[in-house]
Amino acid sequence: MSDLDCREFVELVTSYLEGSMDAQAEQDFVDHLALCDGCERYLDQMRRTSESLAELPGDSIATDARSALLDAFRSRRG
Amino acid sequence: MAGLPADDVLAERLRSGDDDTFALLLDGWSGGMLRVARSFVSTEESAAEVVQETWLAVIEGIERFEGRSSLKTWVYRILTNTAKRRGTREHKVVPMSSVDDSGPTVDPSRFRPAGDPFPGHWWDFPPAWPSPEQGLLSGEVRDRLAKALAELPERQRLVVVLRDVEGRPYDEVCELLGITAANQRVLLHRARAFLRGKLEEYYRERS
Repeated sequence: MSDLDCREFVELVTSYLEGSMDAQAEQDFVDHLALCDGCERYLDQMRRTSESLAELPGDSIATDARSALLDAFRSRRG
Repeated sequence: MAGLPADDVLAERLRSGDDDTFALLLDGWSGGMLRVARSFVSTEESAAEVVQETWLAVIEGIERFEGRSSLKTWVYRILTNTAKRRGTREHKVVPMSSVDDSGPTVDPSRFRPAGDPFPGHWWDFPPAWPSPEQGLLSGEVRDRLAKALAELPERQRLVVVLRDVEGRPYDEVCELLGITAANQRVLLHRARAFLRGKLEEYYRERS
């Protein structure tokens, strides 16, 4: 078991998810994860947060701007 | 957006004046572009103008797209350059290089102190979250997230919007914002940790 504690673990989650850790740091991270339910949950919630953001609906472009752009496209390209 | 033809096909259709293809991209991408532009400029109107200006530049400049990046990357490059110029004109400069983002992202009081038999370990585990119904977020959760996004410092918001909301790859985000991979990681981490905390608050209130 490495010396990594939970307070350090939570700061490394994004490096882990980004795959940017060196081999030793990743091993320490995974070792801690295997033994700590709280950190496993924290990691899972960070992942869920990131995935939830992908579900946010975008605004849509105003109707008049949309038709102005379509007109511009047709007159330039049509 | 799923189901779009390959980039070279899209570009060729735009060059040859296929307005269905143009409308498809306009409807598929403008929402995300507005959100990104909004982080650079002062007002919604200004963001809308940036998006409009970007599409006009795409219409004029599609010949210059050489396929060395994806079409969307190319459009986003025009978008961020246009937005940065506009932001500068409005004297709203997002300082991408300053590093004022330090300190823990989780309240230190949630961990056991030095001198405890288990220093640095959780006092209490983070509370479990309910499983999303049918894998979808409720409208309330979406509203909370959107509100929390607006509270983030600009640089954190830009990074998390591009990466997690818009799904742009990390190397593109480095290029668009002119930041290093390490800097991006710090900003992304702080943003996600803040947003996770807001979701935790929300689920705690509801339980």
